[in-house]
Amino acid sequence: MTVAESPIAVSGLTKSFGPTRALDGLDLEVSEGEVHGFLGPNGSGKSTTIRVLLGLLRADGGHTRLLGGDPWRDATTLHRRLAYVPGDVTLWPNLTGGEVIDMLGRMRGGLDRARRAALLERFDLDPRKKGRTYSKGNRQKVALVAALASDVELLLLDEPTSGLDPLMEEVFRSCVAQERRRGRTVLLSSHVLAEVEALCDRVSIIRDGRTVESGSLTDLRHLTRTSITAELASPPAGLDALPGVHDLAVEGSRVRCEVDAEALDGLLRRFTDHGVRSLVCRPPTLEQLFLRHYAQAGPEPAFR
Amino acid sequence: MITGTWPLIRLALRRDRIRLPIWLVLLVLIPSVTPPSFAALFPTDAARASYAAGLAANPALVSIQGPIYGTDLGALSAARVLTITAVLVALLSVLTVIRHTRAEEEAGRRELLGATVVGRHAGLAAALTIVVGCDVLVAAGVTAGFVGAGLPFAGSVAAGLALASAGVVFAAVAAVAAQLTESARAATGIGLAALGATYVLRAAGDTGSAPWLSWVSPLGWPALVRPFTGERWWVLALAVAVAVALGAVAFALSARRDLAAGVLPARLGPAAASPALGGPLALAWRLQRGGLLGWTAGFVLAGAAFGGVAQGIEALLESSPDTIELLRQLAGGGDLVDVFLAAEFGILGLLASAFAITATLRLRSEETDGRAEVVLSTAVGRVRWASSHLLVALLGPTLALLGAGVAAGLVRGVAVGDVAGQVPRLVGGALAQVPAVWVLAGLALALFGVLPQWVVGAWGVLVTFLLFGQFGRLLQLPQWVLNLSPFTHLPRTLDGGAIAVAPLLWLLVVAAALVTVGLVGFRRRDVG
Repeated sequence: MTVAESPIAVSGLTKSFGPTRALDGLDLEVSEGEVHGFLGPNGSGKSTTIRVLLGLLRADGGHTRLLGGDPWRDATTLHRRLAYVPGDVTLWPNLTGGEVIDMLGRMRGGLDRARRAALLERFDLDPRKKGRTYSKGNRQKVALVAALASDVELLLLDEPTSGLDPLMEEVFRSCVAQERRRGRTVLLSSHVLAEVEALCDRVSIIRDGRTVESGSLTDLRHLTRTSITAELASPPAGLDALPGVHDLAVEGSRVRCEVDAEALDGLLRRFTDHGVRSLVCRPPTLEQLFLRHYAQAGPEPAFR
Repeated sequence: MITGTWPLIRLALRRDRIRLPIWLVLLVLIPSVTPPSFAALFPTDAARASYAAGLAANPALVSIQGPIYGTDLGALSAARVLTITAVLVALLSVLTVIRHTRAEEEAGRRELLGATVVGRHAGLAAALTIVVGCDVLVAAGVTAGFVGAGLPFAGSVAAGLALASAGVVFAAVAAVAAQLTESARAATGIGLAALGATYVLRAAGDTGSAPWLSWVSPLGWPALVRPFTGERWWVLALAVAVAVALGAVAFALSARRDLAAGVLPARLGPAAASPALGGPLALAWRLQRGGLLGWTAGFVLAGAAFGGVAQGIEALLESSPDTIELLRQLAGGGDLVDVFLAAEFGILGLLASAFAITATLRLRSEETDGRAEVVLSTAVGRVRWASSHLLVALLGPTLALLGAGVAAGLVRGVAVGDVAGQVPRLVGGALAQVPAVWVLAGLALALFGVLPQWVVGAWGVLVTFLLFGQFGRLLQLPQWVLNLSPFTHLPRTLDGGAIAVAPLLWLLVVAAALVTVGLVGFRRRDVG
């Protein structure tokens, strides 16, 4: 792998299933050693993108590079260097969880025994049960342990915490944080925003098979508005004339509004002119960011 | 406790609206067509008496189909169909009871209903009601069929009820099994094991020096009711009593356990995989070995049975010159026993093809269930993964046919005192089916690779070939149509045909081409 190339570099990716256009010029760039959040509503094309990266689906168009190779042509060799956790894990009914973990590890080309034991302990998973007797959360854990215990450079995790209880979500987060410290690259598709905010260095938000936003959380926050509630010494006037101030509500000397990042400075200057009694300032959450992009969406397409 | 049984019955009947009618039609038709065909085959008292004597003197046949008590048409028909149909009725009972009790619990659907107004015993009560209803319908249908064929009324009723009683007993057995384990597969396994064990018990009792063994076995009872030869009605009461007792046990167990739990603790498996389980072939073997062992055991039993029945045919023929003449006309020239064995091996070839298609299409079910995705996301390539199940599909049926040939050869060889000669001859006859079986496996793989939504077409093609083989000549289909079936081209090694190598090679070429199409197609298409 060349030094310059990112583990995942996708541009203009398109994929159709019959008349449905699942991916419509998607871009995704994941740098080495980062945890990259992959956000989008159901049916936006997250799983399809990951399946293209795994060489399970053949791209119709666009440019796709994975770990310096072509995900379709070089699938087998590339797969030695990555591990994948599907969003909906199905296991073989008559194989135990431990057998599945070992088998998948060997098929990938190696498993760290010590880490396997530690992960089983942390996820509180009984590896002796048969696949048919596991609950959804426990099936998810089997796939997670198999992936996290493998010696790989890249982890592709497709909504890996669906079905996990909050306690196990916490374990999962600390495991991913550990993987990042180890220097592994992680692509984490999710719609649990708290999880993405806690774990990810950068995020890409997609909708209808297209990337609508990509960057670090700080960058993205910059693009959004801060919520402000202020109690002033005297009733202000002319605030609505300020550029970048939205949803303004003035009740006497009490002001509530949303403000663009670049307009913040001007608004605060105006506030201090009137004298500030109290000020509550909430930074934009990813949730707002998310909703802002999704709110524009029409009815969601039904495919995954 | 059984509140809500009626809605559950309706739900189950809705789910089984195709499955149950097919079973019922078959279970009524199989016994009902027998008396008319026997009447045509053995029109005179003398012919019937010689057939009955030949059958009674043949332990191999008696062990398979049960004892014979008389020489009239009713006794002959009862001996021919009663035990074997009872096995099928019992099989329907086991499968249906587990399907609507433990399988529902395991799938979690029972839980969904449990939250509504459905009593804890309602599922069990509904399943048993449905099965008993089916058994009553079978009894009525068979009675009507026999009476319609001109058999005495009392005997016909006894035969129908004897079949139903086997169904009721095994419904109760399955009801107990459903309480024991957490997994529906294991519960079905217990039910089928009980079926097999009782079948073997009665085979031993009917043929050996310990007739009481047949009295211990519920599958011995239908014959012991003795329809048409002095009916013993009280044997039916024995069956009902046992069924009621087992049913009571099942309800008692059901009352003591939690939903979705079994009385037997779920067995834990190994915490780590054995060193061998590290590749797709090991996985395919692990997933298919149960089926492979089952099919092979069945083929060995069938081979042994055919080898044994062949001897019976000889005995039968010696005492019935009319029939000899009839069969000679059908068979053309060759030795009649060999004609018979060749026909039976032909049927085994079709069954082996069914096995091959099932094993190949495992690929498709692994794919649609999402398990293929996990394997293919590892360093396992597509061709390697597909080849793993294909290998099982090619070698498994071959092994099963080999087993059938060896078993038939041994049984026949012992009977005629020529083991060294018969084993290779019959092994050859059985293995001659292999190229056609491989063509079907290749066809299934080609569909999987190129038209994955249409894999079920492989079954359609197999059924078409079956119809060509069975009815092609009867319907006077043109030869080029018959030539479409690979089975048409198999050498008739047993009944006198010359062994031609060229058609075998062609079949292998066709199979290899289909496999190549399948693998290339699968490499190029989307997975999932």
